[in-house]
Amino acid sequence: MSAARAISTELLRIDAEQETNRLVARIRDLVFHQLRRRGAVVGVSGGIDSSVVASLCARALGKDRVVALLMPETDSAGDSLRLGRLLAESLSIPWALEDISPILRAARCYQRRDEAVRLVAPEYGEGYKCKIVLPGLLDATGYSLFSVVVQAPDGATRNVRLSAPAYLGVVAATNFKQRARKMMEYHYADLLQYAVAGTPNRLEYELGFFVKGGDGAADFKPIAHLYKSQVFQLARHLGIPEEIQRRPPTTDTYSLEQSQEEFYFMLPLEQMDLCLYGRDHGIAAEELAPAAGLDADQVARMYGVIDAKRRAARYLHAPPFLVEEGETTTA
Amino acid sequence: MATAAQQIRTFIEENYLFGRSDGLHDSDSFLEAGILDSTGILELIEFLGGRFHIVVTDEEVTPQNLDSIDKIVAFLQRKEGRSVCGTADEGSL
Repeated sequence: MSAARAISTELLRIDAEQETNRLVARIRDLVFHQLRRRGAVVGVSGGIDSSVVASLCARALGKDRVVALLMPETDSAGDSLRLGRLLAESLSIPWALEDISPILRAARCYQRRDEAVRLVAPEYGEGYKCKIVLPGLLDATGYSLFSVVVQAPDGATRNVRLSAPAYLGVVAATNFKQRARKMMEYHYADLLQYAVAGTPNRLEYELGFFVKGGDGAADFKPIAHLYKSQVFQLARHLGIPEEIQRRPPTTDTYSLEQSQEEFYFMLPLEQMDLCLYGRDHGIAAEELAPAAGLDADQVARMYGVIDAKRRAARYLHAPPFLVEEGETTTA
Repeated sequence: MATAAQQIRTFIEENYLFGRSDGLHDSDSFLEAGILDSTGILELIEFLGGRFHIVVTDEEVTPQNLDSIDKIVAFLQRKEGRSVCGTADEGSL
């Protein structure tokens, strides 16, 4: 067997049944014995990650000890709510609908975002839509610069490079969404004495694709060690509805549809999985390249991107620092 | 009058090293040292535009032009040589 065949997506294959059993036992121990909570709250987006986490929690804790929170807002895709309900009903777990748009309006989330967009696209106004994008790895010639895609009511779009104040303004405003959702999840957790389940996969967790104090906050994160393709393997084993399995991963954050690839990862997730695996396991760029469908230079550039994202993620992962360490480490 | 290199160093030290030079040499790579992230690059572009009155195009935003103090100075000299967008009036190259 050649090296190119040895290094392939097969490296990411898992025994889904065995992994499910392991995770179910672990979740049960974490929630009931370590956290001493009666069940779990899962924010369900209609995507694959939260669906797998909700399913694992239902198996681990019992269907009546998991609540799925559906938290759409003004910019959510139309099918997010429908697929979230489909998931909850397929698992026969209780669900609650909490539209977070009023919270976001009160925080002036949309207004702040629009003001930031207008710093670089003054025409942005009523009826316009937008999203932030990075160039794909194959298109990037040097540094990866964020730009905003603005769509006029007549459908005409233009792509404008963001200034630092505009980029930071848009991100700071839209981060209200993840933080409002987490606030609502902890509200239900307090009401029911449940723990909050986090839903990041390995790509998101390791590379910092989450909001500190938002979707980065949770009491346990049961799939944070799994590559995206491994989450899909679990989804098939768990019988997650086909429509959810087929849905392209989205950020569901901006008014224009936005893939995770164009906002953060710069590569299709299957290739990103392999690149992260290669970086994690010390595989040389030229050795990984054939399996990833890239050339060695592109893999080397992605390794650099991974390193940079990891550096940026250190702040996101850091717990609050104490000036003095006491005997207890709890807040 | 501060040279361009000195002004760039001051910008980097104040915004990303927080007053510490951390042994940064003019030839050190910002990428390899982990000094600038994607937001930092955007800020650097704006700093160069405001201080030296140049427009940095998307095509020019490359490590070859911006990844060290030395490379930025050389980039500014090339831009000035072409007289594309005027010259620095707050510092000398």
